[in-house]
Amino acid sequence: MARKPLEGIRVVDFCWVWAGPAATELLAYLGAEVIRVESQDHLCGTRRRPPRRNAPPPDINCSTTFNCLNLGKRSITVNLTQPQGIELIKRLVKVSDVVSDNYAGGMMERFGLAYRDLQEVKSDIIVISMSGWGAYGPERDYRAYDPVFAGLSGFYDMTGYPDRAPGKVGSFGRCDLSCGNAFTLAILAALIHRAKTGEGQFIDVSQWEVMNCNMGDAYMDYFMNQRNRTRVGNRDDHMAPHNCYCCQGEDKWVSIAIATEEEWRSLCHAIGRPELADDPRFADAQSRRRNQEELDRLLSEWTAERTHYEVATALQQVGVAAFPSLNRRELYEDEHLAQRGAFVEIDHPEAGRHTFLAPPWKLSSTPAEIATHAPLLGQDNEYVFLELLGMSMEEFAILVGDGIVY
Amino acid sequence: MSDRPLSGTRVLEYAQFVSGPYCAKLLADLGAEVTKVEPPQGDVARKRGPFPDDVPHPERSGLFLYANTNKLGITLSLDSDEGREIFKRLVERSDILVEDTPPGTMEELGLGYETLRQLNPRLIMTSITPFGQSGPHRNYKAHYLNLSHGSGLGHATPYTPLEPDIMEREPVREGGLIGEYDCGTTAAVATLSALYLAMFTEEGQYIDVSKQEALLHLQRPEVAICLADGESTNRVETEHLDALSGMYPCKDGYVYAMFSEDHHWHSLMDFMGYPDWAQDEKFSTVERRRQLEVEETHPLLKPWLAEHTREEILHGLQKRRTPLGPIYRIEEVPHTEHMKVREFFVEMDHPEAGRLSYPSGTAKFSHSPVSLQRPAPLLGQHNEEVYGKRLGYGSEELSRLKDTGII
Repeated sequence: MARKPLEGIRVVDFCWVWAGPAATELLAYLGAEVIRVESQDHLCGTRRRPPRRNAPPPDINCSTTFNCLNLGKRSITVNLTQPQGIELIKRLVKVSDVVSDNYAGGMMERFGLAYRDLQEVKSDIIVISMSGWGAYGPERDYRAYDPVFAGLSGFYDMTGYPDRAPGKVGSFGRCDLSCGNAFTLAILAALIHRAKTGEGQFIDVSQWEVMNCNMGDAYMDYFMNQRNRTRVGNRDDHMAPHNCYCCQGEDKWVSIAIATEEEWRSLCHAIGRPELADDPRFADAQSRRRNQEELDRLLSEWTAERTHYEVATALQQVGVAAFPSLNRRELYEDEHLAQRGAFVEIDHPEAGRHTFLAPPWKLSSTPAEIATHAPLLGQDNEYVFLELLGMSMEEFAILVGDGIVY
Repeated sequence: MSDRPLSGTRVLEYAQFVSGPYCAKLLADLGAEVTKVEPPQGDVARKRGPFPDDVPHPERSGLFLYANTNKLGITLSLDSDEGREIFKRLVERSDILVEDTPPGTMEELGLGYETLRQLNPRLIMTSITPFGQSGPHRNYKAHYLNLSHGSGLGHATPYTPLEPDIMEREPVREGGLIGEYDCGTTAAVATLSALYLAMFTEEGQYIDVSKQEALLHLQRPEVAICLADGESTNRVETEHLDALSGMYPCKDGYVYAMFSEDHHWHSLMDFMGYPDWAQDEKFSTVERRRQLEVEETHPLLKPWLAEHTREEILHGLQKRRTPLGPIYRIEEVPHTEHMKVREFFVEMDHPEAGRLSYPSGTAKFSHSPVSLQRPAPLLGQHNEEVYGKRLGYGSEELSRLKDTGII
């Protein structure tokens, strides 16, 4: 069995709700031992999150959202309002490599678990804190969920139809997960730095800033031209046709993007309208952009008679970038993704068997994998306190009795 | 101050447009020495802009300038045996190769992973392609539009629950080129994990990143919920429809607000001065407010929101611990006090594009700061430095390589 990249790395994880758990989940996929610090009185919001509107809240171990965002992790329950609880955490930090949180407003400081406190316990500890606005600045205490910082970055203003309000994206929490990648990248960089220098450090991730980085070229346009880029639907500055076209079936669409004259000619032939290739209205990209509404109408006539996959197959055969706009169930049923093993089934002792997405990278010699199901609340108390910290049964029993481990 | 985390790591990049170059930029900003190999005609991003005053110029594309900071740039044509041999020499002295050619291309050039690992067993090779290296769609072409839609992100966008007529219209891609950057970050995570491991094992490996999967992965809770509990949702229905959450028009634009939880509702009422209507029993619980959302609650909230600015609502409600924020336009963000204090946008000079601000980076490190030390390279700017000083070509040889179109 090949060594996994983060084998032997232990993470004390205070992350909760959406963004933080999604991030530390990636560390678990890469082989780190991620120990979530939870408690009966301060349950992660996702443990009670109903799957959809008007559905009853699930049992705390059976929430699909929680169980999807915490794969491969462990869970301990510690009462952080008691000094003994904090002491317990410090003992755990002493044998760990990374401490992570995504609280706004100095929560870790109030617990007495700020970077400087943890440094005293373990001098080379890596501490990462992620929040909407970041760890310093005038609005550092402000709170944000995914759509809040997504809106701050200009992303929503850039999404949607030009004649409508800014568009929220349809996938709940996708910007949180985007930040999860940035968070994981920062930890990997800090681990490499520590391996070379022996130094730990504090990492401050502002989710607003992560999103700004993802809109980088739009900011460059502002700095160059004082131009404010805003939403343009599916349109592009250079390419035309460049849109989604209606296909057979309910709410079925195919995206088509033409980048070169060769592709344009191929498209005209593929849709049985070779004369369009010589039509002066569509003679070059600029003319096509000028007349793109007419172009879209002509293309839709052809796509409407076919399924989205039929259009994609026919156009890809002649070298034209076309692909269906797929919903989530269609993605699950997609033959290509199935062949690549994009989905995996995981058994959970209380929630049963569920299908999840496999890790997003294929590493040839150290494949990332989902090692275990998401933890039951407090399932690893004995492992962590007895085995890792070498606590006696008596001491453990007292901590449980006193409501410190609970 | 210590060295940056990746100082001493050498990265070779053979990639264009956004995802591959952004992946390598993230490594460069962390301190790696990234050598960007461009074909003699240059990265396609050089043609795309935005350009100052909209005048196309290969050295002034904002997209290229942003995605290629901190790199060395060389030109190399892989059309000849000699060009490919030079590429191999560059691989020999690199820890990481990031490339984005269509599947099979590197093998056809005699530069596939199996060949390159013989030259350098420590090499980490990361390939970023639209649909990955295997599977029936591996040879499909896809631009950002196709990937945004082909990954599920586009189909549910824009999410507009209170305007059902949206279903008549086409779904739209996500704004800007966001997904392309996401794919670059996803690839950088896998690459750094392999680099960290190689510090202990001295072994490299091959990493296959499919952009479709990278973007699909950003929706993993939604996908799991769809498969576990329900049907696929669309632009007006979602699994996570919280009551009283969404885009609210106000005096000078929009705010995104979430008044779904009890304490958030009470913060709002407090901020509004507890209007008389709020005392009514029918607004007393989350469930009741949710049922009355469109007909009764919204008509009472919206006029009040419309009389207040985004900043008034932001500060008034955040001080009452309610998560919400303005929908900023791109042009507003650099002027916010918070971004200024955090020095998020930093200025840098470029010989052709002049002095410009750039977004700095996705994380702030206490001991190994990310920094922009060098602007994006001019086309072939570092040919002499890389071919001459590092590979040892003399000036005559360099002129010959130039004359024969190899560099």
